[in-house]
Amino acid sequence: MDASTWALIGRNLWPMLVATVTQTLPLTAISFALGLVLALFVALARISKVVPLSALARAYISVIRGTPLLVQLFIVFYALPQLGLVIDPFPSAVIAFSLNVGGYAAEVIRAAILSIPKGQWEAAQTIGMGYATTLQRVILPQAARTAVPPLSNTLISLVKDTSLASTILVTELLRVAQLAAAPTFDFFALYGVAAVYYWIICLALSSVQNRVEARLERYVAR
Amino acid sequence: MTDLLTVRGLRKSFGDLQVLRDISFDVPAGTVTAVIGSSGSGKTTMLRTLNALDRADAGVIDIGSVSVDFAQPVDRATLARFRAQSGMVFQSHNLFPHRTVLQNVIEGPVIVQKRPKAEAIEDAKVLLEQVGLGEKADQYPYQLSGGQQQRVGIARALALRPTLMLFDEPTSALDPELVGDVLRVIKDLAADGWTMVIVTHEIRFAQQVADQVLFIDGGVVLESGPPAQVLGEPSHARTRQFLQRILDPI
Ligand SMILES: Nc1ncnc2c1ncn2[C@@H]1O[C@H](COP(=O)(O)OP(=O)(O)OP(=O)(O)O)[C@@H](O)[C@H]1O
Ligand SMILES: [Mg+2]
Repeated sequence: MDASTWALIGRNLWPMLVATVTQTLPLTAISFALGLVLALFVALARISKVVPLSALARAYISVIRGTPLLVQLFIVFYALPQLGLVIDPFPSAVIAFSLNVGGYAAEVIRAAILSIPKGQWEAAQTIGMGYATTLQRVILPQAARTAVPPLSNTLISLVKDTSLASTILVTELLRVAQLAAAPTFDFFALYGVAAVYYWIICLALSSVQNRVEARLERYVAR
Repeated sequence: MTDLLTVRGLRKSFGDLQVLRDISFDVPAGTVTAVIGSSGSGKTTMLRTLNALDRADAGVIDIGSVSVDFAQPVDRATLARFRAQSGMVFQSHNLFPHRTVLQNVIEGPVIVQKRPKAEAIEDAKVLLEQVGLGEKADQYPYQLSGGQQQRVGIARALALRPTLMLFDEPTSALDPELVGDVLRVIKDLAADGWTMVIVTHEIRFAQQVADQVLFIDGGVVLESGPPAQVLGEPSHARTRQFLQRILDPI
């Protein structure tokens, strides 16, 4: 690489970091948080003995898992306006990613909840706990142990998938790299920087994941 | 003596399988009732209906001041009051593995009964002392032996201050050498005047502790009375067969 490429990289390290911190990370965090809440309710609906509720949840999961994320993103941003619903790029991305996480994480949470023995529900019931309290204090804390590793994978995928938001004009990390590289066609250098940034985020998340998992293992025999 | 528990016409089916056909009995306050019967005769189911873990199809259960007719729809508040009357000890303790021994015991008093935490902790420590586990308050359940876990389960149920204690084969999942500690705790409770219904296969224990023995067979209480009578001179052939099989299994 010649000096001008290095200069180009140098000039863009900061703007790309800004895009990461102001767009990529918030987009990931907000979508993941909303997606998890959605997933919890979808999982509970899916487990529910109320047939229409579980059928609805099943259909939702099926649609989300059976269609490309890019298509989901395009529907929210490019198709909804045809129905008169115009949403800005960033909130569009949040909606699409949250719905997507909601579908994938629901199956993870459902499996984790079902892995908790029936006796735990019954013990909670005999000490007088209601459904919501039992979930919150007995079931979910234990289910977390099973759910954290796969949910971490969902989160790490999401970090990388936020790059798809570049296609709906969100000026996140990849989009900034694209725009910076376009005039001189220096794609290799700037996409390389973007790759390194994504990689660093994922490394950091993996290390957080390890710490959370270790914490959740503290009450289990080794 | 006044009856703390009266059961009349208890019925319960699972689908086509009628497990409890017509169960009736009384438990005077401060007495111990041992429930015996073959595997699958419905002892666990009967005990679970007393705590409304399984909802009886019909029958009237009075515990203390609460009376519920299960043939009628039961509202949630009544059901909650009914459930609060009895403490349940499971065959497989069902402790909360993610909480320490102390946290297991105070969970109900603090979260459900909304009692002040400091007070609940004081009470819990007394209870843990009583079941011989004062030292173990800050351990997690996995760090305890089966017998110790079972005793925590007993303390957890006692902490809610029920009027009646229900035990479902509290020692049958334990190694033989751990059985004694658990039975001793239950004996102490009997001596303290607790009213208890205990499903058990420990015939000798029933002989020593029970004031009354119920033999359940075919969905009814086939025979009941003091242990000397039911266990010593049973009047039904079914009871005799059952006892023989238990006492002399080979
Ligand atoms: N939830 C359930 N659904 C369907 N059948 C059940 C259910 N619970 C119990 N049963 C059936 O009811 C019958 C009585 O079961 P129960 O567990 O009350 O017997 P038990 O007297 O406690 O036996 P054991 O001595 O083996 O513990 C059994 O045939 C059992 O298979
Ligand atoms: Mg049983």
